[in-house]
Amino acid sequence: MIKLGVPSKGRLMQETFDWFSARNVHLSKSGSDREYVGRVDGVADVELVLLSAGEIPRELAAGRLHMGVTGTDLVHEKLTNWSDAVEPVAEMGFGFADLIIAVPACWRDVTCLHDLDAVAARFRAQHGFRLRVATKYHRLVRQFMKAEGVADYQLVDSQGATEGAVKNETAEAIADITSTGATIEANHLRILQDGLVLKSQATLWHSKVAEGDCRALIAKIGAGS
Amino acid sequence: MSQLRAEITRLLTVFQSAGAVRVEADILQPADVLLDLYGEDIRARAYVTFDPLRGEQMLRPDFTVPVVQSHMAESAEPARYTYAGPVFRYQDNDNGRAAQSEQVGYEVFDRGQADAIEAEIFVLFHQILMPLGVTASTGDVGLLVAAIEGLTTSDARKAALRRHIWRPSRFQALLARFSQPVRAKALGADGQQIGLRDASDVELRLLQLVDEAAAPPIPQFEIEALNDLLEVKGHLPEALAQLQALAWRLPAIAFAVDHMAARLAALTSAGLDVSQIGFEAAYGLTAMEYYDGFVFGFYAQHAGWPAVASGGRYDALTRVLGQGRDVPAVGGIIRPEFTLRLSEGDLS
Repeated sequence: MIKLGVPSKGRLMQETFDWFSARNVHLSKSGSDREYVGRVDGVADVELVLLSAGEIPRELAAGRLHMGVTGTDLVHEKLTNWSDAVEPVAEMGFGFADLIIAVPACWRDVTCLHDLDAVAARFRAQHGFRLRVATKYHRLVRQFMKAEGVADYQLVDSQGATEGAVKNETAEAIADITSTGATIEANHLRILQDGLVLKSQATLWHSKVAEGDCRALIAKIGAGS
Repeated sequence: MSQLRAEITRLLTVFQSAGAVRVEADILQPADVLLDLYGEDIRARAYVTFDPLRGEQMLRPDFTVPVVQSHMAESAEPARYTYAGPVFRYQDNDNGRAAQSEQVGYEVFDRGQADAIEAEIFVLFHQILMPLGVTASTGDVGLLVAAIEGLTTSDARKAALRRHIWRPSRFQALLARFSQPVRAKALGADGQQIGLRDASDVELRLLQLVDEAAAPPIPQFEIEALNDLLEVKGHLPEALAQLQALAWRLPAIAFAVDHMAARLAALTSAGLDVSQIGFEAAYGLTAMEYYDGFVFGFYAQHAGWPAVASGGRYDALTRVLGQGRDVPAVGGIIRPEFTLRLSEGDLS
């Protein structure tokens, strides 16, 4: 039995169901609307597991899921050496989100990472602590800042409503995902020109760790791996 | 395990015979000092833990910080310390390194003649390590610091370059930026005032950008000489000759080159074969963020091993931790698990 992990809620779940339907694999929630049990029609020996998109990377890496749908951002953030544990089977064409760095729009002097770094040095000297960047993508942002040589900043954890962190004075800048940039703008922030950390979309992943033959499912949906 | 204990005791004894006093440090360290010092990168290397009362704590990633702190708080120079115990390194990528490993260290706080003290420490480490068939590498961050100081450019640009000595990619980007005329910066669209950085901070930086736009480029021959400095590499006598030649083009490094020559002379008179010791001007610039002068490491011919020993000068760190006081400091650590394996011929 192949276990397929799919986000358990909302638009991401519905778009995943639609994507599989278009490939003649029909996923559905069985039982009541509130129950996280699913069924699979159109391909044999596949079990649907509904769970949080954020837990799917870990379950794939542990081999408890054979395949799973989740964003590139979550796989890269949550798995160290992700390519040892999972491989992408298909990019699914929805759930587009960019992980970006944004600063207050009123910082007219800051348009790129060079400016952010220069301002961070001055901010630290002036305030006695490092310029705070609010995010939940700690590993990705830290790696990005290191590769870009940005210093004198610190990450502060923000698990939601990150765009409000500057206004609330719990951070000076943010790193978060955005699809249209509308929430960023509405919160008086501006994306740095070279502040794109990662482009993400919903992706079907195959666990390299789980034992089981996924070829029938992969063949059915017409994706090569 | 008992063999490892014996190896640690042996190394401690060598350092104690050299005049060091044994000191201890807590395994659990307050995170704020380490974070302030090393920045966000330390979180990718140190185990961070939390309790509701004390806040973030870290499992000791090295001994240097607690040893410097305790010295700065209560002791006078000269002082020599030795210590031993486990350090903890969180691995963000699985590179096969142990999360917990032993270190035996030796730190010297001494206002005496700098080159002689550096030579004393290097000779001590050399005597312990060379019988194990390792190779020695050295460098000197002070050369680069001096070269930056001598550039024909503003203090602001020198400070920016100095700040990024340990981040070679940003350093090179800055150097490229400063080697050309500045183009007027296109400012970002304005917005509602939010956050701690206020309008006066923005105005101040806009004025700085105007100054910056008027700054002439750093002369091309200076940029070339600085990059040539970063390329200097060879065995010590050969590298010294290269640096002495380079000092004609970069007069600001002359003092640092003389310092290196004096250190080399001290090593030679201590009986070391300096023609077998490597030197790289760029050595230690990526891995050893707080060293700001002489740096060294000893390496086994084995891929995947860390340096069997490493160390260097870290005067600036004592200034940061000393709350107004500073002291010249040089030190290093040995990894006894690896010296033990070398002495047993175990290269796995």
